[in-house]
Amino acid sequence: MTMPNTQHMSETSQRPPVTRVGVIGWLRANLFNTWYNSLLTILILWLFYKAIPPFVDWAILDAVWGNVESTVCRQTDGACWAFLYEKANLILFGLYPFEEQWRPTIAMIIFVSLVALSCHPKAWRKSLIFAWVIGVPAIAILMWGGILGLSYVPNTRWGGLPLTLLLSGLGLMFGFPIGVFLALGRRSNMPTIRTICITYIELIRGVPLITILFMASVMFPLFLPTGLTIDKLLRAQIGLIMFASAYLAEAVRGGLQSLPSGQYEAADSLGLSYWKKMRLIILPQALRISIPALVNSFISFFKDTSLVIIIGLFDLMGATKAALTDAAWRGFYKEAYLFTAIIYFVFCFFMSKYSQYLEQRLYTGTRR
Amino acid sequence: MTVPTGVETNRTGVAALWHDPQARSIIYQAVALGLVILAGWYLFSNTLQNLEERNISTGFGFLDRSAGFSISESLVSYEASDTYGRAFLVGLLNTLQVALLGIILATILGTIVGILRLSTNWLVAKLASAYVEILRNIPVLLQLFVWYGVITITLPSPRQAFEPMPGVFLSNRGFMIPAPVDDPVHGYMGIALLLAILLSLALRAWARRRQNRTGLQFPVFPCSLAMILALPIIAWMVGGAPVVFELPILEGFNFQGGITLSPEFGALLLGLTTYTSAFIAEIVRGGILGVDHGQTEAAASLGLRRVRVLRFIVLPQALRLIVPPTTSQYLNLTKNSSLAVAIGYPDLVSVGNTTLNQTGQAIEAVTIFMTVYLSFSLAISVFMNWYNSRIALVER
Amino acid sequence: MTLKSFLAAGAFVAASAVAMPAIAGETLDAVRDRGELRCGVNTGLAGFSNPDSEGNWQGLDVDVCKAIAASILGDADAVSYTPLTAQQRFTALQSGEVDVLSRNTTWTLTRDTSLGLHFAPITFYDGQGFMVRKELGVESVHDLDGATICVQPGTTTELNLADFFRANEMDFEPVVIEDFEEVNAAYFAGRCDAYTTDSSGLASVRSTAPDPTAHMILPEIISKEPLGPAVRQGDDEFFNIVKWVVYALIEAEEYGVNSENLEEMRETSENPGIKRLLGAEPGMGEHLDLEEDWAYNAIEAVGNYGEIFERNVGPDTDLGLERGINGLWTDGGLMYAMPVR
Repeated sequence: MTMPNTQHMSETSQRPPVTRVGVIGWLRANLFNTWYNSLLTILILWLFYKAIPPFVDWAILDAVWGNVESTVCRQTDGACWAFLYEKANLILFGLYPFEEQWRPTIAMIIFVSLVALSCHPKAWRKSLIFAWVIGVPAIAILMWGGILGLSYVPNTRWGGLPLTLLLSGLGLMFGFPIGVFLALGRRSNMPTIRTICITYIELIRGVPLITILFMASVMFPLFLPTGLTIDKLLRAQIGLIMFASAYLAEAVRGGLQSLPSGQYEAADSLGLSYWKKMRLIILPQALRISIPALVNSFISFFKDTSLVIIIGLFDLMGATKAALTDAAWRGFYKEAYLFTAIIYFVFCFFMSKYSQYLEQRLYTGTRR
Repeated sequence: MTVPTGVETNRTGVAALWHDPQARSIIYQAVALGLVILAGWYLFSNTLQNLEERNISTGFGFLDRSAGFSISESLVSYEASDTYGRAFLVGLLNTLQVALLGIILATILGTIVGILRLSTNWLVAKLASAYVEILRNIPVLLQLFVWYGVITITLPSPRQAFEPMPGVFLSNRGFMIPAPVDDPVHGYMGIALLLAILLSLALRAWARRRQNRTGLQFPVFPCSLAMILALPIIAWMVGGAPVVFELPILEGFNFQGGITLSPEFGALLLGLTTYTSAFIAEIVRGGILGVDHGQTEAAASLGLRRVRVLRFIVLPQALRLIVPPTTSQYLNLTKNSSLAVAIGYPDLVSVGNTTLNQTGQAIEAVTIFMTVYLSFSLAISVFMNWYNSRIALVER
Repeated sequence: MTLKSFLAAGAFVAASAVAMPAIAGETLDAVRDRGELRCGVNTGLAGFSNPDSEGNWQGLDVDVCKAIAASILGDADAVSYTPLTAQQRFTALQSGEVDVLSRNTTWTLTRDTSLGLHFAPITFYDGQGFMVRKELGVESVHDLDGATICVQPGTTTELNLADFFRANEMDFEPVVIEDFEEVNAAYFAGRCDAYTTDSSGLASVRSTAPDPTAHMILPEIISKEPLGPAVRQGDDEFFNIVKWVVYALIEAEEYGVNSENLEEMRETSENPGIKRLLGAEPGMGEHLDLEEDWAYNAIEAVGNYGEIFERNVGPDTDLGLERGINGLWTDGGLMYAMPVR
């Protein structure tokens, strides 16, 4: 950095010692401020030294790049990125017809932009609703086709990332309103309704997701009248909605509970009916308070959809596994898992950063 | 809408009923209950009909039949010729084992990482937050696959096993340690341990009463610790100090004897522990930050030392913020242990899966899963609620 | 407002996904009305059914589905594949979610009777074998006392394994992993001394080893695993179709009819058997309530049984299997088609 004003410089009698400012000062203050911190720093640097070079060797220096045969990969110790050249489409889109894969790509872009748009508090107004009203059918048309000259793609061929987004997206869209009703029911004055809601919420929250998915895939067909079947994807989706609604109900309940009772009393004293009270006074405030908890539930739910692999759906995780079953390309699971892990990480990381941002934004007024 | 005048009075009656909040509430509840019962009955009758049509037998009679499959690790004795019921018991105990250990380890690890995130060492703080972010944002199933791969691929085969101490072996068949040979003295040691714990509790109660009465403090913790350590050792020495250990010995394909922790168990425990610890770390950090800074300042101005500030001022207050969300993490860990099926640890779901496959008893198997996990959840909730009410702020 | 659009989307999903399938006896009509065959396949088993890099299903089991669809609808691509796990497969067939289950399923008495299934002719004769690393010096299954063995759960494989060791009074420690890829990885990492699965799978697993010569497949086969497509009981008409499509594929190989000389054979062949099979001499299709070119379409789409075998699991593929007992009976194998007449 250059000092523009030399005259000013000369006036300062003495610069601070070099050990207090600049890189060295920073190091002293942040890495070597006590003896145990110094020890920890050295330990960590040593670990870096041990771990990073082999990883670089594997991932870059010894790796096989480009579109080559699997036999080439088997001759080196490095990563086989050729596997991803070959299988990226299968992992990302599952069984969706190869020539039509631009359609789920656009659908995903629309979906992600809609979600990104909805994340911005400035966009929270009527026009956002219209964006969704246009966007959702557009996604449906792109995915199914069958009109506008697009060929029909049955939902049994959907897979990969679009399926993961769909399962989690629809799960939340339907699970959220159900969750709100369940949360209200849980705090209702009517004992029967309260009992039903509590039983439902605790029953679902008390068991692992894979048992719910098992129920949806193995037991559900037995619940339906003879001759009626619901396809596997929808059954899994119903299971996921049931699961999401119970968890979201608990997040909303947290918001309802933290509202001061004065709000309820004020609404009552205005003579509002129960639903008006909830819709106009309670829920807008309660939902606002529970947004961070809701976003955290969203993240968990997004990750949990990976369990549909256990019932044989080709979501992102399932498609990754399917890509690994090809006899010619078997054994490159490190590359495959790394690729998939990065995709999950990117989505979840942005969601968690967003939840922190919201938390700060929403609580500015009440902070100490 | 026009209404015939003939039913005018009747309608008024209904309307009046409708405007009576109490009556309306009863109607709502009756309708809700009716719907639930109707839906339940509908599903139930469909199920019965389907089961009958497809000749699928119902009931838990299959639990008495011979299972015919082997289970790799079990806390109780189990043979392939044992019943399905016993197989379920083995799976249940395996689930309990991994969940319990996982909860303990995740709590310790999570607390450490949470405190490290607040470290003044920049590198440590950043590394701790990278740990948290990476583990929290990748599905736990994927992490289990990775851990299992790491354990089985990096460790050597049994013939080249690491031997960090005589009799202790680490290989891709697991972690083998010597097991003490059965001796009646072990029973006495257990009794001594139990006695020591009871005595410690009594001592604590007495010390608290005395402190309330006289204000004098008594070093309860060191005394209890000494007692818990010393009594079993005394029992052991009185019993003749038996030191016979069964060492794991490489025999044929694998080590025989000793105690073995399998790679599947290791991977599951490691995966669940690290995943959950990332969440607990965040909770711990939030809890510590949630304690008003004025509290520490006030404590410091009283002249308390740093450790004491942490022990008597910050921690008790932070715990109140930490315990409720940690409870749900414990529940999550227990439920996530059902992913054992993916990496071959014979937990309840894994054993149940095999049973389901062989017998076709889907409803019964899933019912067993749900009952067991619900009981676990209930037990953990009850315990944590009890603990939470104990540490809750008591306002006088 | 938004809620409404969600509900509309939901109704759309529901309407397209909920469908009334055939009641027993009407599977054929349902397939024709729908214009596609619903076929249950494995979620991923190399050579039998797994999606290729472009997401299209391929494999021996998949070709059987294609042949059936071609026979009924004249279009081998009119198949909707439902990947099924081992737990789901029978429920899916029983509840009508799929019309035919072509998912390497072993024909056993229990399945034939208590699960309400009918098995069509066997499309692949398999058996359970073992693979070990050579350095262990194991020559026979009987040397495996005390070994750790990798196995996939929920199949007959696991039971056969336990039965075999009990019968021979040997001990073993199972490592039971649900996922095929994970079992393979565990075995190659040395977690197990031996690996057991159907012998068709062993060869392909071995071929993906870092060093295939370090592993050997033991000579013994400890079980019989006849694999074939299955249909629901109570619809004999559809059962007949599945049964005879498989026979037609085998019969075609016996007559030397393949996807290349097919048209020429129909025009020029004087062999009455070939003429009946390919519909040059009508009658066979009518008995099955199909078009006369039913077998012609099937063979045109996927070839005869020999071609299906060569393409998916034969010596030139990654699995590299010999015909062996899956050869024609005339070559000393077990493939014996009932006469199409």
